[in-house]
Amino acid sequence: MIDENDKSATIRMFHVHKNYGSKQALININLDVSKNEFLFITGPSGAGKSTLLKLLYLGEPVSEGQILIDGMNLSRISRKRIPLLRRKLGIIFQDYKLIPTRTVFDNVALVLEAMGKKRQFIQKKVNSVLRMVGMEKRFNAMPQSLSGGEQQRIAVARAVIGMPKIILADEPTGSLDTESASAVFDLLKEFHTRGATLLVATHDQELIRKTGRKAIYLKEGRQTK
Amino acid sequence: MILYFKRAFQDIRTNRFLNAVTIIIMSLSVLIVSTLLLFFLNTNDYMNSWKKGIKIIAYLKPDIEETNIVDIKNKIHVLYGVAEAKFMSKEEAMGRLREQMKRQSSLLDGLKENPLPDAFEIRLTEQFPNSERIENLAVQIESFPEIDDVEYGRKWIGRFVKLFDLFRLTGYAMSSIFFMAAVFIVANTIRLVIYSRREEIEIMRLVGATDQFIKTPFYIEAVIQGALGGIIGLAALFAAYMYISTNVEYGLSFDLLNVRFLSLRLSGTIILCSMFVGWLGCFIALRQFLKE
Repeated sequence: MIDENDKSATIRMFHVHKNYGSKQALININLDVSKNEFLFITGPSGAGKSTLLKLLYLGEPVSEGQILIDGMNLSRISRKRIPLLRRKLGIIFQDYKLIPTRTVFDNVALVLEAMGKKRQFIQKKVNSVLRMVGMEKRFNAMPQSLSGGEQQRIAVARAVIGMPKIILADEPTGSLDTESASAVFDLLKEFHTRGATLLVATHDQELIRKTGRKAIYLKEGRQTK
Repeated sequence: MILYFKRAFQDIRTNRFLNAVTIIIMSLSVLIVSTLLLFFLNTNDYMNSWKKGIKIIAYLKPDIEETNIVDIKNKIHVLYGVAEAKFMSKEEAMGRLREQMKRQSSLLDGLKENPLPDAFEIRLTEQFPNSERIENLAVQIESFPEIDDVEYGRKWIGRFVKLFDLFRLTGYAMSSIFFMAAVFIVANTIRLVIYSRREEIEIMRLVGATDQFIKTPFYIEAVIQGALGGIIGLAALFAAYMYISTNVEYGLSFDLLNVRFLSLRLSGTIILCSMFVGWLGCFIALRQFLKE
């Protein structure tokens, strides 16, 4: 059984399986991610990279096995506590997932509003994070009016504004040109240096080679190295 | 809370058409239910004033001694539901008849003797009138040996009361149907809004928003819809009432049974009910959505 009191790892996956009907998306995944670790999850399309991240933020339930995140056992977590888990995480999606009817400012502020923070604090914090990602001048723009790189920077800003312990990024540079991808990646590294644990799902082998960070390889749902 | 209101108003602005449709339908429901209510309120007033006028006439047998009149009066007076029993001699009855016939009263001059009987005119207490009770009282009075016959418009009282009861039942049924229809419509509108924004809701959930954070603006939106629907429905009814009371009543040249509008308290209650309908519709829609 998994030891819930073991604080050495921020994320622990223990014999995790994920099935969609008869299709096995993940098979027997075992993973320990330490605090402030920078880990890539790589593999070809359909290998299960996004599924693995989904299990971590409870976008999907596990079929078998157990996951522990910062002391929370995801198999036992009540529905009411799911928002608390997600506030510990900053999630970045390949398709950005920005709310199209809200401005850049409102999209980023949403996290703090959901946390119940005061208006003045939100104002100050959002401005500071937008400055950090270089988007402070576009605070009033609507997401559709931004380029892919700019939208992803907003998504990064939203992911980090709540000061999460863990950042999960699903193909964060997948739909960006080289320059934008590099800018977004530099941002992620910046937050890693500030103490966040980073899990990045990518099929970009070049990126992994360049950064020289640890990676786990998935193939047809199995962890191969 | 300010944030929730801000988001609710933002949603209303974004989904203007859906919100307008819901408010119009709620207004129509409130208008119909309030019209029925106004009708029953005034019909009830009319019934009450009419009931106050109901009298039973008990005709005495011709050979009753004048000395017995007080005893008979007392016997009638103690019966439950009798407010007053007034003796009317046959001479008094003839005088009234002459007065009513006015120009034709000369026809009565040819009579050798007064054919009218002595009688008691019995007025009922205000709370009493009810066609069955009146009939029972009439039977009781008729059973006195001194009484020859009683008269009280048996058939038309019963018919009128039954007709009123039928209207009332129809009103209840229609009000219930409109209540359910309004709840159903609000639930569906909110459901449509939720579905049109499910991606946004999903994003909110992913960034750690609680169900309460997501739901509260929808509830505010639905309650605002209910309040606006209630106010517009009542305003339309009031406009119609003003139009009728100034034009139609005047044209008819008689006091339209002193029709009165819904009291402020009742109007407030209707608006509160309308807000509750909004809340209930939202509750149903969200419960289903969150289950999914």
